[in-house]
Amino acid sequence: MTLFIAIVVLSGTAGDLAVSHAMKQIGEIETLRPSVIWRVLPQAFRIVWMWIGLALMALAFFSLLTLLSWADVSIVVPATALSYVTAAIGAKYLLHEKVAPLRWAGVFLVCAGVALLSLS
Amino acid sequence: MNSEPKKRRRTYLLLATMVLFSSIGNVLLSKGMKQVGQVVDFSPIALLGVFLKTFMNSSVWLGIFSLLLFFVSYMLVLSWADLSYVQPASAIGYAMVAVLGYLLLGESVSPVRWIGVLFICGGVALVGGTDPTTTRSNPPCE
Repeated sequence: MTLFIAIVVLSGTAGDLAVSHAMKQIGEIETLRPSVIWRVLPQAFRIVWMWIGLALMALAFFSLLTLLSWADVSIVVPATALSYVTAAIGAKYLLHEKVAPLRWAGVFLVCAGVALLSLS
Repeated sequence: MNSEPKKRRRTYLLLATMVLFSSIGNVLLSKGMKQVGQVVDFSPIALLGVFLKTFMNSSVWLGIFSLLLFFVSYMLVLSWADLSYVQPASAIGYAMVAVLGYLLLGESVSPVRWIGVLFICGGVALVGGTDPTTTRSNPPCE
């Protein structure tokens, strides 16, 4: 079960990192006009990182479904809250985001909060 | 040129859209799958039936559509904002669902879950106090 939780958390995180990386390559979308969005979205799907991200997210999703079919929800769902921490670590070291101390504190609080909330 | 307050506003707008559509999407999918019913028979024929029932359910389709809108908002906001900002900030949705469930549906919320709600709100407030963009992305498209 620990292995499956690790797959869910790590492939989900890797998927988010890949999608984020792909969108940074597109560059900042400065207006939310539908005409612009329609033009930009197809561009995003021409970036290979986008597809890698989607594949990893799909892997995380189906691993979670598989896990939920036999493992205890009250352990699995709180454990997946770890994704907030792994995403921040990945964002710092792979995407070179500056995670300020205040943001680290926020990430840990959110992680603990989501875990507590999903305990029923 | 793009001014900072405008960018903040766009960030908040897309975060709100993400939270809204992911909550609606999950509720609709859950409603749809409960209408489809529990899967008890795993023979290929029975699974085919479940599959067809799932894809003929309007709640399931509306749920998928909502989640697509969520994902589009997520992609758009990530074109400028940090992943380490967007992800924790969007967790406010979990707290809101719990509070709305309590206020509108009269669902009971245990003390442990209330503490979770408080932690999430505090965490989101801390993350929200940081600069959403700390990396240089490619030049703006357009």
